[in-house]
Amino acid sequence: MMDMLANLALGFQTAMSLSNLLYCLIGVFLGTAVGVLPGIGPIATIAMLLPITFGLPPVSALIMLSGIYYGAQYGGSTTAILINLPGESASVVTALDGYRMARQGKAGLALATAAIGSFIAGSVATVLVALFAPPLAELALHFGPAEYFSLMVLGLVASIVLASGSLLHALAVVVVGLVLGLVGTDVNSGVSRYSLGYPQLADGIGFVVIAMGMFGLAEIVSNLENEATRSAAIKHVTGLLPSREDWRKILGPIGRGTVLGSALGILPGGGAILASFASYSLEKKLSKTPEQFGQGAIEGVAGPESANNAGAQTSFIPMLTLGIPANPVMALMIGALMIQGIQPGPTIITEQATLFWGVVVSMWIGNVFLLILNLPLIGLWVRMVSVPYHYLYPAIMVFCAIGVFSISNTTFDVHLMALFGLLGYVFMKLGCEPTPLLLGFILGPPMEEYLRRALVLSEGRADVLVREPLSAILLAIAALLLASVLLPAIRKKREETFVSEG
Amino acid sequence: MHIRGPRDFWAGAIYLALAIVVIWIGRNYQQGTSARMGPGYFPTALGAILAIFGVVSIVRSFIRAGEAISPFAWRPLALVLGSVVLFGLLLPTAGVIVALTCLIIVGALASRHTRLDVTSIAALIGIVAFCVIVFVKGLGVPMPLLGSWLGG
Repeated sequence: MMDMLANLALGFQTAMSLSNLLYCLIGVFLGTAVGVLPGIGPIATIAMLLPITFGLPPVSALIMLSGIYYGAQYGGSTTAILINLPGESASVVTALDGYRMARQGKAGLALATAAIGSFIAGSVATVLVALFAPPLAELALHFGPAEYFSLMVLGLVASIVLASGSLLHALAVVVVGLVLGLVGTDVNSGVSRYSLGYPQLADGIGFVVIAMGMFGLAEIVSNLENEATRSAAIKHVTGLLPSREDWRKILGPIGRGTVLGSALGILPGGGAILASFASYSLEKKLSKTPEQFGQGAIEGVAGPESANNAGAQTSFIPMLTLGIPANPVMALMIGALMIQGIQPGPTIITEQATLFWGVVVSMWIGNVFLLILNLPLIGLWVRMVSVPYHYLYPAIMVFCAIGVFSISNTTFDVHLMALFGLLGYVFMKLGCEPTPLLLGFILGPPMEEYLRRALVLSEGRADVLVREPLSAILLAIAALLLASVLLPAIRKKREETFVSEG
Repeated sequence: MHIRGPRDFWAGAIYLALAIVVIWIGRNYQQGTSARMGPGYFPTALGAILAIFGVVSIVRSFIRAGEAISPFAWRPLALVLGSVVLFGLLLPTAGVIVALTCLIIVGALASRHTRLDVTSIAALIGIVAFCVIVFVKGLGVPMPLLGSWLGG
């Protein structure tokens, strides 16, 4: 307990420095501003804003990136509430009742509820990260290469099972990601693999190139395909603060959403997405007036928004302590850390104590900023939401092109991004969800390395993966998860859960 | 025998083609033994797994009926990706101002709503000026203002 206080003090010292406060504020502001723009999800937002953090020291870069992440998520909810255009799957649920509330003239109340719920959930989740990350890292320090390999297999499998869409294609897309991750110089033999004679590929494919191509450009093409004329119905937002009656209604859902979100956020895969869906159906079940859900029930905004934000926060736990991304956004974070020369893993808490605790504390500060920034700035967001898409997407393309170029100053990456844009679009057309590709891409190199080490230690016997008890347990869980999806009963339930997601 | 699930079929074909490329190129790398994995070991294994997924997907496409593939939006696809490629080609040769202008104009043609009016032209000039000031002057991204063609 004393340790934790000392650690938090260190964190406050780091996060409260004037420059880091400023980076946190800029991150939250930029994240919200870009996230509010319709048709840009958090992954594209972070990928687009990533290059501006490269010049910063690691702590400030990660603080700013986390700020961008919360901002982007909150911005996504704003878009969902105001124009019924959820930028990401987690805010689909918010759109259900939030947009209804906006239509009834209660847009301000819905936005304030989302902000307050997010703030409370974020504050609780920050404490949870501080409490649970160190023991988990402690445990992970005892992991050998076999355990790590199995843990990564479990992470990938779980993220597939929890995500929507076809299991076969998700698995295949993960393998495609793993293969793409291996492009470049092999660390052990120095052989340049799959670089096709391009020296630009010797260091591997940049993950920003893939993220911007598959999530930036491909999304634009897909949006232009179904270009609809949006009606920006809401011009003015009034009546921000919840009344005493509203407070009474939202506190329960916020509390339950926080608990659900925190628990599910640690799980790999669509933890946050699952959390908002689970919270919505829970609130509907508990409600005395379930018929109001879908008609503008404030509980239907408060619960899922809190769950969503809590999940977003706790997904930092596996990322920072195990180096395993729980979702594509965390995969981007790991990529950003590696560009900074930091390998996420259990040693990060002790070796990079300032970084770790600084980021944890800045999560809470970021949530404070989110609250004080968003309530007064809602008018600005409303105006940004109503920018027509045909003015927006050329600007997104400009940022993608310059962003990708600026990372390694080569036009090769710009062309490669266009190629991944094509691949992303083709995958969308074929019904293959491209998000697992990013997870595979990040985990490819470490999985190869841990497998190699495990096999060296066991003198080439592959059964080491099931002979080590912990590794065997992890693989067994992965197998159970896969089996559970294949079983007809659970499969049906899973399809029902995702049916509203479209 | 006819294809009942075109999505499965073509996705499977992509996996299989990719797997073949991975294994084909990978045969040049040392495989090593499982105790000493060579650089070709892990990629070849992944290629084999991917090939299995490809075959399963193709086989399934003959058995299970699936959704049709909706028509490609060729015009936005070609214009959005083409304008990015054009930017890459023009950046070193014509410089950042010309490259950005082409990127924005060609890209904007992809939308049915784009009109040549005062707002669009103002937005175009605004974005280009913003990028030059922020990225080239401010952040020092090494992009030539005028490219080699223009004596930059």
